[in-house]
Amino acid sequence: MKVKVKVVLKEGILDPQGKAVLHAINDLKFKGVEDVRIGKYIELTFTGFDRSMVENETKEICQKILANPVMENFDYEIEELT
Amino acid sequence: MRVAVIVFPGSNCDHDAYFCFKKILSQPTDFVWHKETNLDSYDLIVLPGGFSYGDYLRCGAIARFSPVMKEVVTKSKKGIKIIGICNGFQILTESGLLPGALTMNKNRQFSCKDVNLKVENNKSVFTHLCNKDEVLTIPIAHSEGNYYCSQEDLSKLKANDQIVFRYSAPDGEITSEANPNGSIENIAGIINKTGNVLGMMPHPERNAEYLLGNADGIKILSSLVESFKGN
Repeated sequence: MKVKVKVVLKEGILDPQGKAVLHAINDLKFKGVEDVRIGKYIELTFTGFDRSMVENETKEICQKILANPVMENFDYEIEELT
Repeated sequence: MRVAVIVFPGSNCDHDAYFCFKKILSQPTDFVWHKETNLDSYDLIVLPGGFSYGDYLRCGAIARFSPVMKEVVTKSKKGIKIIGICNGFQILTESGLLPGALTMNKNRQFSCKDVNLKVENNKSVFTHLCNKDEVLTIPIAHSEGNYYCSQEDLSKLKANDQIVFRYSAPDGEITSEANPNGSIENIAGIINKTGNVLGMMPHPERNAEYLLGNADGIKILSSLVESFKGN
């Protein structure tokens, strides 16, 4: 089973990387982009197939290490591998 | 008193810290590898600067789970003095021993330069040899030193006099120009509520000898050593 985790900075936390990319996009004359936020994408591959175990472990892993709750939020998607 | 300088894979200011305590301040000092789980012989724990685990994921995020950190947390609760410098400060916030987090510098640059630090609290064991509002010149060297915390935590830090150092102008004025990384309210160093754990981004171990032109850093390290006298 594969879990796709996204970690993003909380709203209101300055994202200097995102700002730099926004400036570059503007320099390229794309007019429509108003803001850029950069986060992290992490894939966890589990050996087990017990969905609730995978979900519980994923949550705990995100809270404990993948995201820093002071400044980041996380979200995940579980993908059943066939 | 005996000093432990914890060495994580990727620490690179461990030798400077060791030199300061062992050679300049003549204290028994050991390097302690991060796999150690017993720090009973130590009265002071130093978490040095560097790039533990290559700063992977977030600065300090992986070092915080090194075996030694469980013992560091236990010792902090027993009142053992702990100083975390730069990456050490990041490890202390990641491990929850200090509130808040250190995030990317506002200007996206690695800043390596001398900064002025105003001593906001000179009653701590880390600063009692400084005068109140004294301005120290101490170098910084980091990309992720932008201190952030919630408004709630900020109020608590102020109410308990936990803000020890702020980035300031040479005359001690707290200005946005003097803030090298965008830290909230120019915060450069904080202590925990019980006052035995300090985290600071600037490097006092890098200017601790008059031979190098400026020894302001020694005031902080000497404060610590002096605090053991008479115990």
